[in-house]
Amino acid sequence: MATVLDAGAEQGRSTDNTPEAVVVRFAGDSGDGMQLTGGQFTLSTALAGNDLSTFPDFPSEIRAPQGTLFGVSAFQINFGSTEITTAGDQPDVLVAMNPAALKVNLSALKQGGLIIADSGEFTKRNLEKAKYTVNPLEDGSLAQWNLLAFDISKLTLEAVKPFGLGNKEALRCKNMWTLGLALWMFDRDRAPLIDWLTNKFKKNPVLADANIAALNAGHAYGETAEIGGQVKQQHLPPAPQSPGLYRTITGAEAVSLGLVAGAKLAELPLFFGGYPITPASAILHYLAKMKEFGVTTFQAEDEIAAIASAIGASYAGSLGVTSSSGPGIALKTEAMGLAVMAELPLVIVNSQRGGPSTGLPTKTEQSDLYQALYGRNGDTPLVVLSASSPTDAFEVAIEAVRLATQFMTPVILLTDGYIGNAAEPWAVPDPATFEPFPVTFLTQNNNEGGKVLPYKRDERGVRPWIKPGTPGLMHRIGGIEKAPETGDLDYSPAVHQMQTDARKDKIDGIAKFIPAQEVSQGTAGGKLAIVGWGSTYGPIHQAVRRARAKGLDVSHIHIRHIWPMPANLGDLLHSYGKIIVPEMNTGQLKTVLRDQYLVDAKPMNKVSGQPFTIAEIEAAIEAALA
Amino acid sequence: MNDMTAIKTTIKDWESDQEVRWCPGCGDYAILKAVQRTLVDLGTTPDQTVFVSGIGCSSRFPYYMASYGFHTIHGRAPAFATGIKLANPDLDLWLVTGDGDGMSIGGNHTMHFLRRNINSQILLFNNEIYGLTKGQYSPTSRLGTPSPTTPLGSVDRPLQPCSFALGAGARFVARGFDTSKNLPEVFKAAHAHQGAAFVEIFQNCIVYNKDRFADFTEKAVADKWQLWLKNGEPLLFNKGTQGIALDTQRLALKIVDVVDGDWQAAGVLVHDVTNRSVAHMLVELPFGEFPVALGVIYDDPRPTYETSVLEQDAVARQGKNTDLAKLFAKGQTWTVDAEDQGPLSGV
Repeated sequence: MATVLDAGAEQGRSTDNTPEAVVVRFAGDSGDGMQLTGGQFTLSTALAGNDLSTFPDFPSEIRAPQGTLFGVSAFQINFGSTEITTAGDQPDVLVAMNPAALKVNLSALKQGGLIIADSGEFTKRNLEKAKYTVNPLEDGSLAQWNLLAFDISKLTLEAVKPFGLGNKEALRCKNMWTLGLALWMFDRDRAPLIDWLTNKFKKNPVLADANIAALNAGHAYGETAEIGGQVKQQHLPPAPQSPGLYRTITGAEAVSLGLVAGAKLAELPLFFGGYPITPASAILHYLAKMKEFGVTTFQAEDEIAAIASAIGASYAGSLGVTSSSGPGIALKTEAMGLAVMAELPLVIVNSQRGGPSTGLPTKTEQSDLYQALYGRNGDTPLVVLSASSPTDAFEVAIEAVRLATQFMTPVILLTDGYIGNAAEPWAVPDPATFEPFPVTFLTQNNNEGGKVLPYKRDERGVRPWIKPGTPGLMHRIGGIEKAPETGDLDYSPAVHQMQTDARKDKIDGIAKFIPAQEVSQGTAGGKLAIVGWGSTYGPIHQAVRRARAKGLDVSHIHIRHIWPMPANLGDLLHSYGKIIVPEMNTGQLKTVLRDQYLVDAKPMNKVSGQPFTIAEIEAAIEAALA
Repeated sequence: MNDMTAIKTTIKDWESDQEVRWCPGCGDYAILKAVQRTLVDLGTTPDQTVFVSGIGCSSRFPYYMASYGFHTIHGRAPAFATGIKLANPDLDLWLVTGDGDGMSIGGNHTMHFLRRNINSQILLFNNEIYGLTKGQYSPTSRLGTPSPTTPLGSVDRPLQPCSFALGAGARFVARGFDTSKNLPEVFKAAHAHQGAAFVEIFQNCIVYNKDRFADFTEKAVADKWQLWLKNGEPLLFNKGTQGIALDTQRLALKIVDVVDGDWQAAGVLVHDVTNRSVAHMLVELPFGEFPVALGVIYDDPRPTYETSVLEQDAVARQGKNTDLAKLFAKGQTWTVDAEDQGPLSGV
């Protein structure tokens, strides 16, 4: 096993030869329950005190034809005794539930890694579907890896036999058998899983018992060393973490909780208008279950109605929020322009996915930056923020609500499919520590003796928020250019110039009310800065850490406030000799930085639907400093 | 707001200080006046009233009202209105749209707004043409309509807004025309209806589609070509000499002559605003063969969307803990103790 569980993806080996981190990938048919297995393994990992990061990777088909290559669903988890910020470059262990899962995932597996395969599924028919002419478990082609093949299907059937399930139902317990073995491998407590199964199947206790029996059988299989001593049990001690209460959280959950917290800090009811789209729907699902926190959710007839209803709710005095992914955001752009023109608060969450058009619905990309910054008709500035990890999404969502309500502006929050689906441990925050930012509605005429001035700007350029229903403050708003202060229709040349400038100045001025850009690792100034945004945080962080450990002069800057950018960012960037911008697009932030600061930012791009590996970025750093 | 005790306002209280910018002689002026007159009679107040519109000539309407108003984007007014109503169900909501705005680019939103049944009045100004974009044919233009985009005449069949509304599940459908003295009564009925009340108003675009409806709106032909409906009263027109009866063989409506006012003998139908089948037939009566059915065609309320949402939310909120700390700590958690853990490693 020492050769198997070699050094973890992020960390080197500790002195006592126990790996500090391990990467495991569960892969099977999309109907095999791999996401569930991964999710439960994640929970047990978190409860064991390891730091972790996950990467669910599944096809866009719900149940692709069984056994096919395109129907493979995988869940990767990187966990260890040290800080983990990525799902890991290469798995140490690959669990392959069928030939297709093996074929699709084998190339990712580390040299000398361990393959656990269900030989019972390597039938002639399944081999053909996976386009194997010879059984790879038998032809020696897997020699460079450690192979552990046994008939998990048969072992599962035996384990659940006493419960009298049909063959199909009995085989559904295979994933629990596998999970039991994985729990044994990493010396995990089965009790929380048993509790979870009992609760999940409380209406059908036989299924609960069968699944628990499968789990126990898988565990016992490892325990009784039936697997011939090839695999030894590993115990990864807990990762050092700040004291406190923890749970695991995905980005979609974090965004939802952040929005709820933000609305509460603004003292507003939250209205969420959404339309189903992968991978953004999860936010609507979570919020629909949080009604007791003053949340109203609305599944609209389309993306346009989703944002329009949110703007309507903001107009009426709620915090309007909408969410989607690239194609849906495209449909919302006209309404976003209206929110900019009318100057109403609004939060738009974009869980980016591979594009253009339908693109890669379940894969990750960060190619909607231009869309967020520029994708509207007219000069239409608004605030753009980005989340760098699942837990970061919580704070960024609160910041989005703060800026939207304090500056009467739409705010786009960029996250992506990876952040949305991935889970990591979250230090549960204490709400008492949050700084409230309550909204004040205008309730008295701001123009005594005259008519109310809905577009009278304060010193920050911000207009008052007036709820319809307020006595005496009746006024009309809309998308046509308007006179300053009164908001009356006026599209005379001087007025349009003045109002365009005023809208731009207001957004630019927000730079004074956001934190200065920090260097997340390294020094202000130096030979090389790696500048990132969004979910590339993990691989950049680890690559820079490794490079710095080797003595290289490289720093990591990660931008959360994408528009307006922090006031010190230009000077900061100019203090480095070289700048590399790794992005999962063809160079969008790079172009923006060049435009804004005339810096020689160099692109580093990947658009394969997969996150950067640490090694890729590390290689770029070494090449730049060679 | 709808059940508030009547408050005295005058027409002046409903007129904004903005100069009305429709073409002189446009039918919209008459509709604006009729709406303002209705609001005075209803005893509502401008501060509790919101006019929401899309884009087009009709959609400039909110600017001319001294209430709250939101001039939104093309076709989407129903979606904005949905959010407004869910955020504040007490507001008295009026939607103003046109045949292009509501039936073409915004057809989807109109359909779902009606289906959901959001308490409001939807005024669809139907002039069978795109006015603000200079005269292109619209989805309600009759076959053969020549226009800049159909120089040889349009070849696609027009839709019937009231038929569309009934098909979408509307619980209130009415019709009027711009210069009709009955318009305020139609608006009041729409306002009294709890739910989405759909009112189609034939409106004369004097520039691009002049006198399109003169065949039945002109005083001289009114008796013969206008069939004004009143709940509980027989479907009579042409000074009571003709009526509408059911052709039971064809399951369709037919015109019958009424002799000496004995409409019962002629088999004339009595208007029942809750009869959905007859409503479908009335809105589709082919003009020329039949008069145009006007007034309240269908009125049979059902619970509104916003009421159902609020009820459901209230039940979901009952007795629930709204402590954020509890929410954050939901699910399986674990505690890291101060004694056995150092500070976070890395960096």
